[in-house]
Amino acid sequence: MPTVTTGSTTGRTSSRSEPALSTTRRWGTLAGLAIGPVLVLSVFFLLPVGGMLARGFWPHGRFDLGGALETLARPRVHRVVWFTLWSSTVATVVTVLLGVPTAYVLHRLRFPGAALLRSAMLVPFVLPTVVVGVAFLQLIAAGGPLGGLHLEATPTAIIAALVFFNVAVVVRAVGSSWDAVDPRPGQAAAALGAGPLRVFWTVTLPTLRPAIVAAASVVFLFCATAFGIVLMLGQLRYATVETEIYQRTTRLLDLPGAAALSILQLLTVTALLLLAQRTGASRISSSGTTTPPRRPRRTDVPAVAVTALVLALLALPLGSLVLASVRDGDRWTLANYRLLTSTGGKNALLVPVTEALANSLRTAVDATWMALLLGLMVSIVVTRRSHGRAERRVKAGLDGFFMLPLGVSAVTLGFGFLITLDRPPLALRDSPLLVPIAQALVALPLVVRTIAPALAGIDDRLRQAAASLGAAPWRAALTVDLPVVIRPLLAAAGFAFATSLGEFGATSFLARDEHPTVPIVIYRLISHPGEHNYGMALAAAVVLAVATALVMLVVDRLRTARVGAW
Amino acid sequence: MSSELLTIDNLSVAYDGQVVVRDVTLELAEGQVLAVLGPSGCGKSTLLRAIAGLEPLQSGRILLDGRDLSATPTHKRGFALMFQDGQLFEHQSVARNVGYALRIRRRPRAETARRVQELLELVNLTGYADRSPSTLSGGERQRVALARALAVSPRLLLLDEPLSALDANLREHLGGELREIMGRAGTTALMVTHDHDEAFAVADRMALMRTGRLVQTGELADVWQHPVDAEAARFLGYAAVLTGGPAELIWQAAGSTSYAEVALRRSALRLDGHGSLHGLVVGARATPELWRLRVRIDGLPELDAVAPLDLAAPAPGSQIRLAVDPTRLARVGPGPAAI
Repeated sequence: MPTVTTGSTTGRTSSRSEPALSTTRRWGTLAGLAIGPVLVLSVFFLLPVGGMLARGFWPHGRFDLGGALETLARPRVHRVVWFTLWSSTVATVVTVLLGVPTAYVLHRLRFPGAALLRSAMLVPFVLPTVVVGVAFLQLIAAGGPLGGLHLEATPTAIIAALVFFNVAVVVRAVGSSWDAVDPRPGQAAAALGAGPLRVFWTVTLPTLRPAIVAAASVVFLFCATAFGIVLMLGQLRYATVETEIYQRTTRLLDLPGAAALSILQLLTVTALLLLAQRTGASRISSSGTTTPPRRPRRTDVPAVAVTALVLALLALPLGSLVLASVRDGDRWTLANYRLLTSTGGKNALLVPVTEALANSLRTAVDATWMALLLGLMVSIVVTRRSHGRAERRVKAGLDGFFMLPLGVSAVTLGFGFLITLDRPPLALRDSPLLVPIAQALVALPLVVRTIAPALAGIDDRLRQAAASLGAAPWRAALTVDLPVVIRPLLAAAGFAFATSLGEFGATSFLARDEHPTVPIVIYRLISHPGEHNYGMALAAAVVLAVATALVMLVVDRLRTARVGAW
Repeated sequence: MSSELLTIDNLSVAYDGQVVVRDVTLELAEGQVLAVLGPSGCGKSTLLRAIAGLEPLQSGRILLDGRDLSATPTHKRGFALMFQDGQLFEHQSVARNVGYALRIRRRPRAETARRVQELLELVNLTGYADRSPSTLSGGERQRVALARALAVSPRLLLLDEPLSALDANLREHLGGELREIMGRAGTTALMVTHDHDEAFAVADRMALMRTGRLVQTGELADVWQHPVDAEAARFLGYAAVLTGGPAELIWQAAGSTSYAEVALRRSALRLDGHGSLHGLVVGARATPELWRLRVRIDGLPELDAVAPLDLAAPAPGSQIRLAVDPTRLARVGPGPAAI
């Protein structure tokens, strides 16, 4: 128990009247708030990741780096790492090149429907990966709309899908920064004789650079950890580190190799996160002076053209997915949807898709309350004003600890669960709560990022004013915090629910065949050629997309202008 | 001292081992308003927060009616805190803000409504009951905050720079109102501020604070006329502090007994055809009320002086005679009146 050091040099022995009481109380409160999340994360995060490390480095009960190094030395692993790097880089560059002009058009120009398009832009980002995978598969399939381009199992298809997913991230992040840019330096430059293009290159772009770099690093992170997309579109020819971990675990049963790759992934992701955090640290300071969007001019034509292209590229896979799901040859039919009550051709599934949907919803409800409860506790701890250096240090440690799940990909987490939570005292392999717990951890960073900024924005003196008027701590929280946090909380619930509905990485390791979720079922249908299976996958993907879109629509309604860091 | 409502006894507060408030001893009688005046970073806000129960004490005691408060959490002390920016609950109407403490104490609804009405009248905001705080001006917000703080007649009202966020005109106006309202309600209050005008507008007594210590405590006028040292005098708005020969020169010109040190306000030297001092004008500037001059007098550093506006502008370079206004001087140093 750290105590406040005595700095008084007066030498007077003044009555030390219970100064410890209040300090003890502060530490007690902090411990009470932190103990829950710390325990949960220790059991469901540290333990699995630790188990994975042990599997990689202590393969036969003693420390042995040989196995891990041998895995990392294989040419196939080099190919996999190289492919992960270059495909993510290309996808990131393309995403930024398309995203920045689109951000400009959708945020800085005034035209009818701009707000609607801004919302629509978000759809791809929140769609489950399997839905996007299925959409691209049917788009580029031999008989599909773009079949003539022969893109099946090519890097181009994978990169296109990654861009499809992430362009919203760039538009959102860069667009909102663009809205906050102080127009006065640009006006000053214009007054000194700079033309619009010159103002953009010399003033606006440098101001936006931190936002662009931050968005790009997030996009790179998402691309480098993409799992479902690569698994479905790369098939067996192209693998990234993520899919390789999965293949080694489930097909090749090479657990030490999978562990070595997981560790590699863990280190890479953590390094990327630190980098993203550093570049994102210098945020644009909003001056409060902003210019409203203006009407498009002739000089805006190139940007508008890029935006139109982006919107078309986003609409194409989804539109064609919906169309394909209701077509059979030349006929319109709902047969694919009716088949969702079956177990597919050649019994590809153990349960009908409708039952998987019920599973998905149940799982999502559990994952949502878990993620919210945990996220709320974490948010309260990390935003609490700390008193004194010792408390600040402890809290900084907790901050870092709570952010750890951000650094671990869903596949790594699922793999860790698989190998550690299968024997007493934590024999959870058959527990119906295992999948929701994993999904809650996957959703946790997003939940915290939605709630914590709202809590952090509350002036602590408001709580003090309430306390001085006689409000007990719970009452002060009710008066001050709840009205501010209620909408972000609901939004976070929506995010968690949608994340759980579409979660594929961790779930693919953990879901039992007799209790699958919809994404698992879709993947099985796609990978089991059989009569109707393909059509059922299309229909199931549409159903999942609609369910997710509905949840996100509700979230978007609840979202005030500035909810959270997204 | 049984008549004292609040007694602070040898209080020290530390942040990270740095002592911010050091051995502060202070007493406040029922109905009095005390201003703790000090530059930013002197520890005055920490002192206020410690009294409110928001900071752990390193040592010392805080007594209310002779009862030690150390085990009483903030919300049970029966005080009220008012911050410079009001800290209104934005999600509640003006009336709900004002009635907050009454609802916490489960007063009957009719009584609450009546009291809120009364308070809004007191702060001249009748008819504002249903407004949202976001529609109010800075001055109106502060008055709502005051009404909210006064709702349950707090034993002690703690004011943290209550007027600093307002512009000069409003500050003066609201300062007078604040004093009158607190007087009528018989409120005992402790205010911290870095602005001596704010202190003069509101308080009866004053305590000067510097680097965590109280350097002087007393009636407003006493502190004003007898600042304990040169730094205190400057902080109270005295333009110059002189010692030794120059001090003697000024005291003599004022026709007063000499003391070792003297503090001069900017208006202590006045243009006067019969004045005993001869000075050279080095600068002159018209203000709405008078001429402000800079003058050079033999044996003295360059000083401020004033002249009535109805006289012709004393041109720089001209020789003038000056008299000293004894009411514009202060004796500096720990004297009997300064304790």
